[in-house]
Amino acid sequence: MRTRSRTWVIARTELRQLRQSPDFWLPMLILAGLFFVVIPTFLLFAITHVHNDAVVAKVATTLDVLPARAKAAIHGFSPAGRTSYALAVYLFAPLAVIVPMTISTAVGANALVGEKERGTGEFLAHSPATEREIYLGKLIASLLPGYLTTIIGFGIYALIVNLIVGPQVGGWFFPTSDWWVLMFWVVPPFLAITLCVVLRLSARVRSGAAAQQASGLVTLPLIIVAYAQSSGVLLGAGSTAIALGAVAWMAAVWGLWRGSGAVTRARLLGVEGPAL
Amino acid sequence: MVGDVVVRLEHARRTFGDVVGLADLSLQAPKGSVTVLLGPNGSGKTTAVRTITGALRPDTGRVEVFGVDPDVDGEAVRRRCGVVSAKPALYDRLSGRDNLRYAAELWHMGDDAPIDASAARFGIDEALDLRVGGYSTGMKTRLALARAILHDPDLLLLDEPTSGLDPESSHAVLRLIDEMAADGKTVVMCTHLLLEAEGLADQVVMLEQGRDLIAGPPDELVARYWPNPRVLVDAENRVSLDAVATMDGVLAFERNGGGATVDLDDACRVPDLVTALAARGVRLTRVVPHEPSLEELYFAVRERGVR
Repeated sequence: MRTRSRTWVIARTELRQLRQSPDFWLPMLILAGLFFVVIPTFLLFAITHVHNDAVVAKVATTLDVLPARAKAAIHGFSPAGRTSYALAVYLFAPLAVIVPMTISTAVGANALVGEKERGTGEFLAHSPATEREIYLGKLIASLLPGYLTTIIGFGIYALIVNLIVGPQVGGWFFPTSDWWVLMFWVVPPFLAITLCVVLRLSARVRSGAAAQQASGLVTLPLIIVAYAQSSGVLLGAGSTAIALGAVAWMAAVWGLWRGSGAVTRARLLGVEGPAL
Repeated sequence: MVGDVVVRLEHARRTFGDVVGLADLSLQAPKGSVTVLLGPNGSGKTTAVRTITGALRPDTGRVEVFGVDPDVDGEAVRRRCGVVSAKPALYDRLSGRDNLRYAAELWHMGDDAPIDASAARFGIDEALDLRVGGYSTGMKTRLALARAILHDPDLLLLDEPTSGLDPESSHAVLRLIDEMAADGKTVVMCTHLLLEAEGLADQVVMLEQGRDLIAGPPDELVARYWPNPRVLVDAENRVSLDAVATMDGVLAFERNGGGATVDLDDACRVPDLVTALAARGVRLTRVVPHEPSLEELYFAVRERGVR
């Protein structure tokens, strides 16, 4: 007899429900498509192929906010090439943060309060699953859709960037080392921290709408911080990003360890007050 | 029937802010018995079920299920419990099969869980691959029942399982309770529908405002409130029945729309009573011993107080 970890069972069932809900995943897919494919393709193609010097000059002025280290790293044979390189590498960086946070937050906000609202919390409360298993299951189910969409979107984005901008800068150049750090070292812990907070909120509030609103308040500052760091504005890039990622990982682990305390059976049953 | 005590609550109290869910509840459910918790809405029946599985912790008092405090080892208790809550608590976006598989996996049953057999027992097997969102109320309850017994629980807890159900589905619930008890399982059922508890309960616990008013086997409770035999009589001319009131051994007589109700000091008086009435020319159409129903017991307790 083969048995599976309850954490994984809960996560998989949550994901299965999401898969059965096109009303949920279709907007997310459109969001990812917009940010990773449509907007970058349109902008980069316009800059590299339209040859409108006025437009290129205007876009180039927005790059003045970049730190000197970032500016020094910009490649390109022409103003259009350099501008598109900078856009691809620095200004689209927040996409890698906004997409996973938006998707995962939407899933996470409903993860626990949804059980309460639908009445299925009663089933979980009477099941042998521990509070920690329920919490981790919901966390994994919230994290995976956002992060996987981002990784896949990132791959497509890299392909588009290299195909459009590559010829202008001497070949395929993307992802740069900073982007690797961002995608695999900085984004995951930021996502985990956000979800720790969002799941705590989801366990405590009484409605999905309240969870979504409260989650938005939490997510916004984290998006700004992550964006600032990803574009090198906040603390610089390279080793600083690695250090920031390390701190974020520690915070994430602490949040995960502490977070399961927010899930109680009384809350799943909807009989415990909404005190935060 | 009576063996070890499976469920034991001693002076359990649970409040939700200012609202008192359980004020002071004590009850025992012996192994292999059917215990029916009777009470109006808000009397604490649901809170009692939630406390038994350890889903809710009592503020004070003691809870023991299978000899274990569910607050200390809730997983061990809940593994052996099957619960059907007042609302079916099913995942509407999933199919019936996925709902049952989810339960099977949470209970660590592996791939050979008897999903189809369990669904077939409640006649829901043909709809197993449809989304639960499209099920009727009766189908949902049947699926919830199939889910509750999937892991062959030793303790089945049913919270208003027949509310809003068609007669066929209600019958399936009552048959399940019967079968579970016959298999030596322990059943605790909450209801405010007294008719459905009739004939099923080995023990009745009547609740009011989170307290147990009275508890015991239905026969004993009936005897407590109706210590003397009662007979229902009717005649072609109901006015002629008034003669019964002055006969020997009659403790109480009341004429009503269905004839008359007569309380006797001894059931042996019935043949004498019939002979005497016949001698007076009373043409009897009905003489039946009356066994008070749970409904009558319920109202007697509420009207006459605890005895």
